Amino acid sequence: MTDEKETILAVRDLKVRFSTPDGAVEAVKGIDLDIKAGETLAVVGESGSGKSQTMMGIMGLLAKNGSVTGSATYRGKELIGLPPKALNKVRGSKITMIFQEPMTSLDPLYTVGRQIAEPIVHHRGGSFKQARARVLELLELVGIPEPQRRIDSYPHELSGGQRQRVMIAMALANEPDLLIADEPTTALDVTIQAQILDLLRSLQKRFGMAIVLITHDLGIVRHFAERVVVMRHGEVVETGTTADIFERPQADYTKMLLAAEPSGRKEPVPDHAPIMLEGRNVTVDFSIGAGLLGGSPVTFRAVDGVTIRLRQGQTIGIVGESGSGKSTLGRALLKLIPGSGYYTFGTTDISKFDRSAMRPLRRQLQLVFQDPYGSLSPRQTVGEIITEGLFVHEPQLSKQERDRRAATALQEVGLDPASRNRYPHEFSGGQRQRIAIARAIILKPKVVILDEPTSALDRSVQGQVIALLRDLQQAHGLSYIFISHDLSVVKAMADYVVVMKGGRIIEEGETDAIFDAPCQPYTKALLGAAFNI
Amino acid sequence: MTDLTHSPMSDAAAPETRSRSLFQLALMRFRRNRAAMSGCFMLALIALFSFLGPHFISHTYDQVFPSYVLTRPSLEPRPDTSTLQGVMENVAGRARVKLQSFELDGETFTATVTSDSTIDPRTSRYFDRANEFRDTEVVATGNDGKSMTLTGKVSREYFPFGTDSNGRDLMARVMLGGQVSIAVGLLASLVSLGIGVFYGATSGFIGGRVDNVMMRLVEILYSLPFVFLVVVLVVFFGRSFILIFLVIGAVEWLDMARIVRGQTLALKRREFIGAAEALGLTDWQIIRRHIIPNITGPVIIFVTVVVPKVILLESFLSFLGLGVQAPLTSWGVLIADGANNIQSAPWLLIFPAIFFVVTLFSLQFVGDGLRDAFDPKDR
Repeated sequence: MTDEKETILAVRDLKVRFSTPDGAVEAVKGIDLDIKAGETLAVVGESGSGKSQTMMGIMGLLAKNGSVTGSATYRGKELIGLPPKALNKVRGSKITMIFQEPMTSLDPLYTVGRQIAEPIVHHRGGSFKQARARVLELLELVGIPEPQRRIDSYPHELSGGQRQRVMIAMALANEPDLLIADEPTTALDVTIQAQILDLLRSLQKRFGMAIVLITHDLGIVRHFAERVVVMRHGEVVETGTTADIFERPQADYTKMLLAAEPSGRKEPVPDHAPIMLEGRNVTVDFSIGAGLLGGSPVTFRAVDGVTIRLRQGQTIGIVGESGSGKSTLGRALLKLIPGSGYYTFGTTDISKFDRSAMRPLRRQLQLVFQDPYGSLSPRQTVGEIITEGLFVHEPQLSKQERDRRAATALQEVGLDPASRNRYPHEFSGGQRQRIAIARAIILKPKVVILDEPTSALDRSVQGQVIALLRDLQQAHGLSYIFISHDLSVVKAMADYVVVMKGGRIIEEGETDAIFDAPCQPYTKALLGAAFNI
Repeated sequence: MTDLTHSPMSDAAAPETRSRSLFQLALMRFRRNRAAMSGCFMLALIALFSFLGPHFISHTYDQVFPSYVLTRPSLEPRPDTSTLQGVMENVAGRARVKLQSFELDGETFTATVTSDSTIDPRTSRYFDRANEFRDTEVVATGNDGKSMTLTGKVSREYFPFGTDSNGRDLMARVMLGGQVSIAVGLLASLVSLGIGVFYGATSGFIGGRVDNVMMRLVEILYSLPFVFLVVVLVVFFGRSFILIFLVIGAVEWLDMARIVRGQTLALKRREFIGAAEALGLTDWQIIRRHIIPNITGPVIIFVTVVVPKVILLESFLSFLGLGVQAPLTSWGVLIADGANNIQSAPWLLIFPAIFFVVTLFSLQFVGDGLRDAFDPKDR
């Protein structure tokens, strides 16, 4: 394909290697890329595909044990092997980056104005005072309300979306040719995600810069990018225009990625199905800042009078943005955190149950967490992790019997039973989530609360975990409460959806009704942001 | 019934790559660290020297050699052959006899002594009393008992580290000092480890008001002057070896408790603790099964810092006269002695100081190595 546009960054045979105690690991195995002026190139791939490391290698930002070989030329100038000083003339000025975590990529000790001014002063000279006008202009450009006031704010005074805008302002400060955006919206709520992407698109039109968008989210790619590079295991699998990749994918891997969008739907349960878990008027308050000698604590209401009723075999999807109280509600229903209201489990009133009274019921009420890396103790073998519940609820079991049950549970979640003597760090994210699920189902629970069980996983793995959860639900007649911010997953999993905002239920109803005909404007905004970026 | 049909599956299923726990991985990284490994090696050498050494030398730590006060360190045996004549003259003088001749044949000496009066054969005991001679016998008497020929062996003693101002072998004393210092270091660290880990983990895990009260108590103990605490404890319980462990452990656990509490607070937010709660584990079970195993990394590292600190504290106490008492000794006491005699007998300072410094350095290297080995960033 011939293109009249000038190539600004040409990457040839780029390799990134990391030396680890277990030998060298090649993260990027010789890739070729061309980035043309003013275009949007999306680099997609699952975690570990080397998409971020490619860009880090070009920018000279690799970890200490990493090394990069090959060639990356920016307008004819070789970047690889350039001493840091010479490289600094290009990076931060002509090529800039924004990162995934807006919470941690700003320095908490400086005002945002000062941080945006930093690259201006560094690359163009002048004082911070002189740069102030330019900073105000930039803040206005990236759509921060009241830039006059916000310029002197510290990062903790801004929301996640605003911080990401500040990061973009920093990246734009020197009018770059090329903006590398490394998962710029992954840590943000869907509605804010859409705003940030809109902002990037409008800025690109104004300045004519090229954008390299590193992401795993194909939804964003489809609406945002002109060309797509698909990476896997440090190699380029396929390159093409967005339309080509989405309509006529060539490589099997690309096809698999595209097919990995969650699909399917769940039939609602009949109305006469018995109620498994009910919370009426659930309210959870957190008090912050009470000292030893009193002091007036500040009360924060995380969940505000929510009523929820879970029937046998039902899956209730709870959706909402971060801070909407959906996770807190899940834990309050299990009585893991204290809350007021009336709770019943089956026919038992558990409102007044304390921790020790709840303990025998715990085996029937299980919880699966979001982070498959954090929810497994790194010091225990998989077998020990899975059988921990048995240790509590069936202490009379012999060692052999526990071992046998662990093997069965692992088989049920699709893992090799021999792996029960291994440690969690030897497993991938998807496998760890399976282990976490095995830990819950080994107790044969009646209700499982799934708190963002697929959010930390790649799309293709997400699909497998969802299929597994569905199979287990059918095999054991489980009832799920499925907490997620990912609406496409909820659509595939749940038969009843609850939309939460600010600790309250905004809207609820059967999945089809909510997704096809949302009533509340907030629900509409949420759906709009998620499905048509 | 014998089960001869051994399942082929169980053998084939054994994974080829051995599964390694985090601890084993850390150990692997630790083994690759040269400085830390040589530190371990040095520590082992010093421990062997201190604990097995006394079985290989003939002197005990409290044996006094009046003839060898403040002897310089030397690999040559004592006494020097050239000085023996003079020594013999001194001995003869003490026995009120005159030395006629003194001959040395290898390790055997022959001396002829005379006197104006009859010499009592028991005079030979005077010769044995000197550290230089042994097994002295009368071989002949003549001149009506006024002259006597004596033979005996020269007693050769080795003092590679020299002797102290009481004529005690410094090497034996360094060995004993090593035993005491290492024992105090390890035991007091274990005491502080035990108390600190349980206190800190409990305080951090339960949190809230309990945590508040428990940590304020720690701060109150912190604010008490250490020496004051020691004096009070010594007055109440009398002075004993065990007390030193207890006193030092009772002070050091405060740091440990704070570190463990901090780690526990961080761990408490981890999801696997939440998962354990959801499984229905009691607080105590969570602390024992999840919190304590997961803080071993930082705790082990901190212990390697505590051990030298404890050894120093013990030295300080002994220096003040509140620690171990003579004839028992520790490196701290030996160094204090040496410091007093630094001009006349520098070896009294040099030898214990070398051992002390090498031990502290080795512990530091081991601690550094452990910190790197357990560092999650390296994973």
